[in-house]
Amino acid sequence: MLVFILRRLIQSVVVIFLVSILVFIGVFSIGNPADILIPAEASQMERDAAIKSLGLDKPMYEQYFIFLSNAMKGDLGRSFVFNQPTISLITARMPATLELAFCALFLSLVIGIPLGMIAGYKANSLLDRTIMTGSILGFSAPTFWTAILLIMVFAVGLHWLPPSGRGQLGKILGITTSLATWDGIRHLVLPVTSLSLFKISLVTRLTRSGIRETLPMDFVKYARAKGLRKSRIVFVHVFRNVLIPIVTVVGMELGSLIAFGVVTETIYAWPGTGKLLIDSITRLDRPMIVAWLMITVMLFIVINLVVDLSYSLIDPRIRLQRKKS
Amino acid sequence: MMQDQSVLAVEGLRSHFFTRAGVVKAVDGVSLHVARGEILGIAGESGSGKSVTAFSILKLVDPPGRVIAGRVDFGGQDLLSCDEESIRRIRGKRIAMIFQDPMMTLNPLMSIADQMVESIKAHERTTRAAALARCAATLEKVGIPDAARRLLAYPHQFSGGMRQRVAIAIALLHKPDLIIADEPTTALDVTIQGQILHEMRQLCDELGMALIWISHDLAVLGNLCDRINVMYAGRVVEAGRAEDLLERPVHPYTRGLVGSVPGNSRRGQELTQIPGMPPNMLDLPDGCAFRPRCPRSGDECAMEIGVRVLGDGREYRCLHPHLESGK
Ligand SMILES: Nc1ncnc2c1ncn2[C@@H]1O[C@H](COP(=O)(O)OP(=O)(O)OP(=O)(O)O)[C@@H](O)[C@H]1O
Ligand SMILES: [Mg+2]
Repeated sequence: MLVFILRRLIQSVVVIFLVSILVFIGVFSIGNPADILIPAEASQMERDAAIKSLGLDKPMYEQYFIFLSNAMKGDLGRSFVFNQPTISLITARMPATLELAFCALFLSLVIGIPLGMIAGYKANSLLDRTIMTGSILGFSAPTFWTAILLIMVFAVGLHWLPPSGRGQLGKILGITTSLATWDGIRHLVLPVTSLSLFKISLVTRLTRSGIRETLPMDFVKYARAKGLRKSRIVFVHVFRNVLIPIVTVVGMELGSLIAFGVVTETIYAWPGTGKLLIDSITRLDRPMIVAWLMITVMLFIVINLVVDLSYSLIDPRIRLQRKKS
Repeated sequence: MMQDQSVLAVEGLRSHFFTRAGVVKAVDGVSLHVARGEILGIAGESGSGKSVTAFSILKLVDPPGRVIAGRVDFGGQDLLSCDEESIRRIRGKRIAMIFQDPMMTLNPLMSIADQMVESIKAHERTTRAAALARCAATLEKVGIPDAARRLLAYPHQFSGGMRQRVAIAIALLHKPDLIIADEPTTALDVTIQGQILHEMRQLCDELGMALIWISHDLAVLGNLCDRINVMYAGRVVEAGRAEDLLERPVHPYTRGLVGSVPGNSRRGQELTQIPGMPPNMLDLPDGCAFRPRCPRSGDECAMEIGVRVLGDGREYRCLHPHLESGK
């Protein structure tokens, strides 16, 4: 097991290194930040000085090596715009993004799995058809559209919920979160709903097809022949087998929730990293974009590792195979 | 010929599958009975309805299939009209079943211990420790050494033969009145097969348990069973005492089956094969379903043919039976 984790970590380092090169090349090709950051009425001398102080006068490969050696020391550069370390800017906003992502994930599991199980067990019934039709809506409605619709109905129309921003924060178990206050929760409802609609549909469909695939298996019939109670068959025998695809997809989707909550964060003026990224891109804040991408890549790597580890928790075949290697 | 000491008596069982292509009459009027300590064999080609018969007895036929008629009398109670909870209490506890494919019947994600303990706890209140001790003892009984340690293993760490022993052990956990074993040894090699047959026979004698053993292999059934029912296209075409039936098959189909078993063909007699193809279950001929393949059939075989009784418990459904002595 330890060998497995070690090997994965080495792979990760290689991946991060390669990604850093790609990111650097990509960011360079977007445009020259000097054009945006330096006021047009500045003199040529002021201009040269600014470019020099930002390090933009050096050739690309040299800038890259400076970045790399700093990154080794845990420094991902300073933001051109805010003139602060990019890492502290991102980590300051990370909790807001994580809060949104985990709440959406939680909601999609808590709603999606039961719906999928009902649909799978009652396949082709009216209930199943209703759930499946609903999930198609959740699948095909674009996030920005549902987000705006939700604001129109529940904030503008009914005045039930605030339209944007993050509410009052509080502490639960030492973690600062909106969930600690009623105002915070009210602010969370709309963005979490619009972010999770797609995931709920996804989890519902995944669970349903997992159930449909597992139910005809011999071991399910055998479990019945042993005289097990229905609850045990459903929640232990069938559910465990359905869990494997769910964990896979949830892992992938959690990454995308964190990384691409951009649209939702922008519409609801949610002070998370997604909004920071959009702002940085429009201002060509190179170090900010690079740092954001690097941190996101690392997040994906960590999530994938966790997913892989939970496979071996669920499936003894994988667990024992890894023990051997 | 229902007997008083019957553990199980099935009357006129019909289970059909309502598929898109049509109705599959997988079981179409099966009657059978088995007494305490008796071993009943069910023989027949693939697709003749052996497994569906077994599943029907425990109400385990899944859609699109359905038991549409019949009685399954078990200790004076009709299992087919039981509600779900009453039949659940019987499954595994009083009638245990061993499935056809040992590789597929155990849940791959659960340890052997968990899968054995849950079968105990489904019917009894005990502590896990007590249940585990009983599981280990039962595993030892079916020939799995070092059982306490092997309980911790997972199905994929066991060979096919070992898994089938686990399934047999699970069936024995509650010392049921009846075990239905659906070709439990077809996936195993011959030596292990013989070993398991021997052990099952002993266990039956020891515990006074009744056993229904399903197999397409007549030679296996001949060695193991007291009586044999031969099925064809969802019906029992011949039933009788094992030695008798193998010695003097009356139904042309049984005769064909017996002739195709290497060990059974008598000196000078050639190994024969039943001509023709197994029947299309979606489109069975009227009357005797074996008619198109039967060397003796005539037009009259298209009639509905009732059960005929010969002395000594032999029953058959045929208008042209091999009744001439000798040969
Ligand atoms: N789920 C199903 N849907 C449609 N037809 C089915 C289904 N299950 C079984 N059948 C049909 O019922 C008939 C009897 O099947 P069964 O499994 O009882 O045969 P069997 O005698 O056990 O054969 P084998 O020796 O191959 O196990 C077959 O013709 C099969 O096609
Ligand atoms: Mg079968």
